[in-house]
Amino acid sequence: MSKILVIAEHLGGKLNSSTARAVSAAAAMEGASIDVLVLADSVDAIAGEAAKIDGVSRVLTAARPENAHPLAAVLAPQIAKAAAGYSHVFVPSTTFGKDVAPRVAALLGVAQVSDVMSVEGTHTFKRPIYAGNAIITVEADAAHTVVATIRSASWPAATSGGNGAPVEALTGDALLLPTHTRFVELKQGSSDRPDLQSASKVVSGGRGVGSKENFDIIFKFADKIGAAVGASRAAVDAGYVPSDLQVGQTGKIIAPGLYMAIGISGAIQHLTGIKDAGTIVAINKDAEAPIFEIADFGLVGDLFKLIQELEQAL
Amino acid sequence: MKILVGYKRVVDYNVRIQVKPDGTGVVTDGVKLSANPFDDIALEEALRLREKGVAEEVIVVGIGPADLTAHLRNGLAMGANRAIHVVTSDAVQPLTAARVFLKLIEKEQPGLVILGKQAIDDDANQTGQMLAALWDRPQATFASKVDITLDNGGAGKVTVTREVDAGLEVIEAELPAVITTDLRLNEPRFIKLPDIMKAKSKPIDTIEFGSLGVESHDHLKTTHYAAPAKRSKGVMVKDAAELVAALKQKGLL
Repeated sequence: MSKILVIAEHLGGKLNSSTARAVSAAAAMEGASIDVLVLADSVDAIAGEAAKIDGVSRVLTAARPENAHPLAAVLAPQIAKAAAGYSHVFVPSTTFGKDVAPRVAALLGVAQVSDVMSVEGTHTFKRPIYAGNAIITVEADAAHTVVATIRSASWPAATSGGNGAPVEALTGDALLLPTHTRFVELKQGSSDRPDLQSASKVVSGGRGVGSKENFDIIFKFADKIGAAVGASRAAVDAGYVPSDLQVGQTGKIIAPGLYMAIGISGAIQHLTGIKDAGTIVAINKDAEAPIFEIADFGLVGDLFKLIQELEQAL
Repeated sequence: MKILVGYKRVVDYNVRIQVKPDGTGVVTDGVKLSANPFDDIALEEALRLREKGVAEEVIVVGIGPADLTAHLRNGLAMGANRAIHVVTSDAVQPLTAARVFLKLIEKEQPGLVILGKQAIDDDANQTGQMLAALWDRPQATFASKVDITLDNGGAGKVTVTREVDAGLEVIEAELPAVITTDLRLNEPRFIKLPDIMKAKSKPIDTIEFGSLGVESHDHLKTTHYAAPAKRSKGVMVKDAAELVAALKQKGLL
């Protein structure tokens, strides 16, 4: 039977929804027992949230001041040690998981399966390569622990509330942790808007928006419909918005119910980030833009005029 | 200080990848190959550090078949001092690549290793982190800004701004360390014709993969390739009112 250790992602004392999505992937393995590991300086609130996720058998905690910030060099040895006895270690495929999971895999001397989009068996998975232009089936060696990152956009968050899994502190001698890497600061854009990665609606702007000032139109429209804001690489490179709004192969991969691409032509690298969206709307002045090839609804015209008209029609 | 740079050759990012009809791979015959874009950024950063006087030597490393030489010459033309070519005709998975780099590190003793955060073919995003683990040194992944401070004793630290989901994270790490590059770290320079000529006389060390003593047992087997599910083209609406009506009907607004 598979024993799966899911590594919790959290920020500011709150569990990230990517954790419940990774639990979903674990639950796709029939009969698996699922434990969640919370590494933090203060674990109680986070562990409490994790314990409520349906399907979780146990929540393990490692409360240490060194775990206040997610430094891969500090977390990986603790995760590798905790992985003893588990057949699988699942980590969300967010910048957190992408940073720490390969370090865990290397400490365990095993390969890593990146961006799992489907579970085909205990050691068989599907994952995208070439910016999602090919999907491969990979088989991991059953003789070794499987370390995998879970592509959040492919998995719904496991439901929460009906469970009350026991919370246990990890026992055993505390590892001596490296001090060669230190956290300095996290610069976060403060925003009351929904989180881009878990929002049900996302409005994204591209190069066609034209300037940082013009991007206000995108923010205002997003606020009107309660959407998160995203951007294409071109818009980020041009300095219209910060990099954490980038959607695409090397930015965020998202799966909102509604995605509105405004002034985005639709490079394949951008399309990779949105192909799991429920409904895609494209607004662009160029009727030949590739975004229209995959959009469920397309509207050709001047985006500034059209956004105004959309707001009036709401 | 020496800087080691990973310089992988991949299918050019403009190529639209086609899966072979029998599911055994993707079509690579006759397809344009280029440097992995993140590796060009890694090399550019290393060259800038050398130009600032932080590093003396930049070494590009490639792992691949005999014809990889032409690709490594591009790295030399861009400005690397020399190249190391680890020769193998087998596909190399990230853990094996990390083990190869570790062997080269033992030999070259670099102060810094800069790799691309991911290669745009397998999109694995693993090698740098794995190398840092095996080397037992710091890692600073997804870098968008790199500042190095060297003290008189030759030791030093690097301050790296990282592009993370929540925003920009700044960390500080003691050297030697592994950095992986994100897109906005820099804009790689173009190769000029005279540099291509100059690169012809720069050295490329050739090392047989088998001579490194690296365990090459790959734990992952790819059993099938498939084209992704296609989204079909939807409908064009004539105006904003029709769009809003359609989205309301679907319960999306």
